[in-house]
Amino acid sequence: MLTKRIIACLDVRDGRVVKGVQFVDIIDAGDPAELAHRHAAAGADEIVLLDITATHEGRGTLLDTVKRAAAKLFVPFTVGGGVRTADDAAAVFDAGADKVSINSAAIARPELIGEIGSSFGAQAVIVAIDARRGEKSPEQAEVYIAGGRKPTGRRVVEWAREAEQRGAGEILLTSMDTDGMRSGFDCELTAAVSEAVQIPVIASGGAGSAQHFADVFGRGKADAALAASIFHFGVTDSRELKAELQRAGVSVRLPC
Amino acid sequence: MIAVIDYKAGNLTSVVKALKYLGVKDVVVTQSPEDVRSADKVVLPGVGHFQSTQLLKDLGLTNAVRESAAAGKPFLGICVGLQWLYQGSTEAPDTDGLCHFASQCERFPATFNGTELKSPHVGWNSLEQIRSDSRLLRGIPEGAFVYFTHSWRAPVSDDTAALTNYGGAFTSAVERDNVMGVQFHPEKSAEVGLQVLRNFLEL
Repeated sequence: MLTKRIIACLDVRDGRVVKGVQFVDIIDAGDPAELAHRHAAAGADEIVLLDITATHEGRGTLLDTVKRAAAKLFVPFTVGGGVRTADDAAAVFDAGADKVSINSAAIARPELIGEIGSSFGAQAVIVAIDARRGEKSPEQAEVYIAGGRKPTGRRVVEWAREAEQRGAGEILLTSMDTDGMRSGFDCELTAAVSEAVQIPVIASGGAGSAQHFADVFGRGKADAALAASIFHFGVTDSRELKAELQRAGVSVRLPC
Repeated sequence: MIAVIDYKAGNLTSVVKALKYLGVKDVVVTQSPEDVRSADKVVLPGVGHFQSTQLLKDLGLTNAVRESAAAGKPFLGICVGLQWLYQGSTEAPDTDGLCHFASQCERFPATFNGTELKSPHVGWNSLEQIRSDSRLLRGIPEGAFVYFTHSWRAPVSDDTAALTNYGGAFTSAVERDNVMGVQFHPEKSAEVGLQVLRNFLEL
């Protein structure tokens, strides 16, 4: 039976893992390669490395970081942040990533989705969507770009559909309303997107407990869920989380 | 020497990295029929469209693989590399497979048992009914999880070494003598995947 995936996310800035709360307040959480291996060993089904570097120097360090992290990583490995062209994507794949996650660049030029897909396959392209809806309905949620700083006026559900049509392999949906709050995923928004597309939807933003994951896999109809802050600082690891999820009736991969 | 065939369908970095991690010193990423003929083992990775396997025929690699397999050398197809071992795929009806195994690869149905089935099939799923005489899957426990990402699949037949259920059963590993294929990605399937590759390397 196909299991629900738990994805460990590392937000990296200038070669270090950091974690923000609602996209600001940055805390240092360690070395990306070391943390990637630790998460994989602890049973994470996938690793995502999101580069939130603003500086040119930091971009240079990124490929080196990807290479180091990928060297002994034998689970799917996604890299996102700053991938603007098919050449950027090729460099990231060459460094050892299996998938790239594109966000602002896909909004700016949606053709990019198909361009990367035609060379590396649709499975290698994740379109990341940062969504904010406040008190509004999921259908009215708006796409934000530039690390959550810029509203686009585009509806999330509609953009997810377009991304699928253009050849995205998966959607990574982050709720900016719940991100870093540890109070649960936005299940309504996740379900709305998951029902609108055929491709897998990865829920992100708000993980704080095993129950939150069970909720987003159930009510939220997510195929995978991503967590960053919950795994750092020894809060919990995938093995514990999965054991709890299994008790809650969620089908997960329990590593041997 | 192990030849990893490059037919410009996606990313070979991960497969090569895994082989090297397992101690293989001599890996050649190649498009040359000569390299394939002289290799001790041949690996055909692949993600992407079945159409891209057309290049194998165009470059003369199909015949080279046939000769290598007939000489008893171990062959491993991964993902689209497994599908290519069959007659073909509805994904690209005009492109012939190797025809080593009978039947066609087909797309996952849009619905199964009355409910919508998402496609591609992405994620960790289990290996079931592992054939006890499989050399490729030796030591792999029933129900072990491996990582998949695909929209087309091969049907279950006598050559199936393990099957997986998603919209019905399909062949997740196929094996007849020295010719083998896996629909999952052993290079992305953690310890279970590494064990499959180790088994192949020890043949």
